[in-house]
Amino acid sequence: MTIAPNTYTDFGPPSPAAAHAGYDVQRVRRDFPILAQKVHGKPLVYLDNAATTQKPQRVLDAIIRYYNEENANVHRGVHLLSERATEAYERARGIAQRFLNAARPEEIIFVRGTTEAINLVAQTYGRHNVVAGDEIIITAMEHHSNIVPWQMLCQEKGARLRVVPINDRGELILEEYEKLLGPKTKLVAVGHVSNALGTINPVRRIVELAHQQGVPVLVDGAQAAPRLKVDVRGLDADFYAFSGHKIYGPTGIGVLYGKTSLLDAMPPYQGGGDMISSVSFEKTLYNKLPHKFEAGTPHMEGAIGLGAALEYVNRLGIENITAHEQDVLVYATERVSAVPGARLIGTAREKTGVLSFVLEPIHPHDIGTILDQEGIAIRTGHHCAQPVMRRFGVPATARASFGLYNTREEVDALVRGLNKVREVFA
Amino acid sequence: MADLRDLYQEVILEHSKQPRNYRELGDANHRAEGYNPLCGDHFTVYLKMDGERIQDVSFQGSGCAISKASASMMTQSVKGKTLAEAEKIFERFHKLVTGAGHNGDQEELGKLAVFSGVSEFPVRVKCATLAWHTLHAALEGKQDTISTE
Repeated sequence: MTIAPNTYTDFGPPSPAAAHAGYDVQRVRRDFPILAQKVHGKPLVYLDNAATTQKPQRVLDAIIRYYNEENANVHRGVHLLSERATEAYERARGIAQRFLNAARPEEIIFVRGTTEAINLVAQTYGRHNVVAGDEIIITAMEHHSNIVPWQMLCQEKGARLRVVPINDRGELILEEYEKLLGPKTKLVAVGHVSNALGTINPVRRIVELAHQQGVPVLVDGAQAAPRLKVDVRGLDADFYAFSGHKIYGPTGIGVLYGKTSLLDAMPPYQGGGDMISSVSFEKTLYNKLPHKFEAGTPHMEGAIGLGAALEYVNRLGIENITAHEQDVLVYATERVSAVPGARLIGTAREKTGVLSFVLEPIHPHDIGTILDQEGIAIRTGHHCAQPVMRRFGVPATARASFGLYNTREEVDALVRGLNKVREVFA
Repeated sequence: MADLRDLYQEVILEHSKQPRNYRELGDANHRAEGYNPLCGDHFTVYLKMDGERIQDVSFQGSGCAISKASASMMTQSVKGKTLAEAEKIFERFHKLVTGAGHNGDQEELGKLAVFSGVSEFPVRVKCATLAWHTLHAALEGKQDTISTE
């Protein structure tokens, strides 16, 4: 296997695809070895990107290169490899910082993923600041990972979880949000993009309204970071979380961004090595940011792989990716809507990446099995958003979700597959 | 390659569209709920037991074609059977859909043998067995919702 040349160079020269207005999706596809395979004898059509994305060769190479050339424990040794590993790990933090337009690298905390990031905030900021009678606001379209950590916190503290309702298109009702905001509100937690509906929430406005009441906002960016330009300072988000594996990086790594002033005032999450500056049996002094929140040997390989993935996205250009996925989504919306029996779940005016639908009266699980036989991978079920399913009166949906390598031809294959489903159930 | 027609046999499709014994049983003396959190399938199985014998059985709920057809055909196959006989059928059925059965079992299962194709689709085994697990829970008098996860 050839090892790619130094893939850590942040914002390297733009690839031809990004330099030219035309986005060459066929060329992009060649960066992803897994896409070339056949499934059940048919070319793989991978439309489950909201669940997890495939990895470009560069990410795989960066991980192998790390183990071949740099592996040692970080922040510890005086030896050369430890220095190299530390440098690679901290360089990845810098890439993530610039990717989010955070003010400082120490505002980037490496975590296992979005779920851990939210739990971290709930268990530190939340437990430190929320008392009985307080309220936390979430929305009706949240993923379970942005519901349950707050429920647990509310239960422990005797606080109340308030939920911003959504309309029939799957958009937040902002007037209701404004009514919920008040002196009891201690935190707002909102998804940037809904994983079940594809709705893009007006996060800038949500933050603005919360800040007028002095309330901080956590943004779950798991579905937004791979698809939209994220600028945490532009949004003025207090916390922003995303997962590596949904943005073409490895599993088990993600980022929690937090404003320095908030992170500084928060107690640590987990105790252990690396998060301390001195330990005695009488007293332990905690390390400074970001290490205060990174107890134990971190997921070095993951962070480095994530750095390579973010660089890959930068090279293609996030604006190009947004435009490409929008083209595929608009085409898919049109084609799937025309399939007899199809009903879209989530028709927000601002939407990205996700096409959720039902094909009545056929159950989504049956759709999933039949499409799989055609080589087409979609997700069926409640998408870890059971309250959304209840809101729309369906037990489950079929969901096609797009990535930077999907094509209109793959949408055509999906539609052919759906017609096959209808034949089986005719 | 597994063939879709092995899974979605005509009999199965027909039962999924027009499930038998699909109603609440007013005089049921046993009932249980079954839930598959993976796909949201949710069924209630009602039983009227006369001693050891299943005098009447019905179900209600929602689910995919496989789970609904399985529930429908289950009610037909266990009505009038004793508790021990019903458990025996479930045992054979489970072996059939997980691919652990023998040809002899298929004959004994009668109509239920149409579910043999499920064994080629391992992720669908839970769909085919949800109603049966729920029946089992109802027979044992468990009140909690049973879950396939």
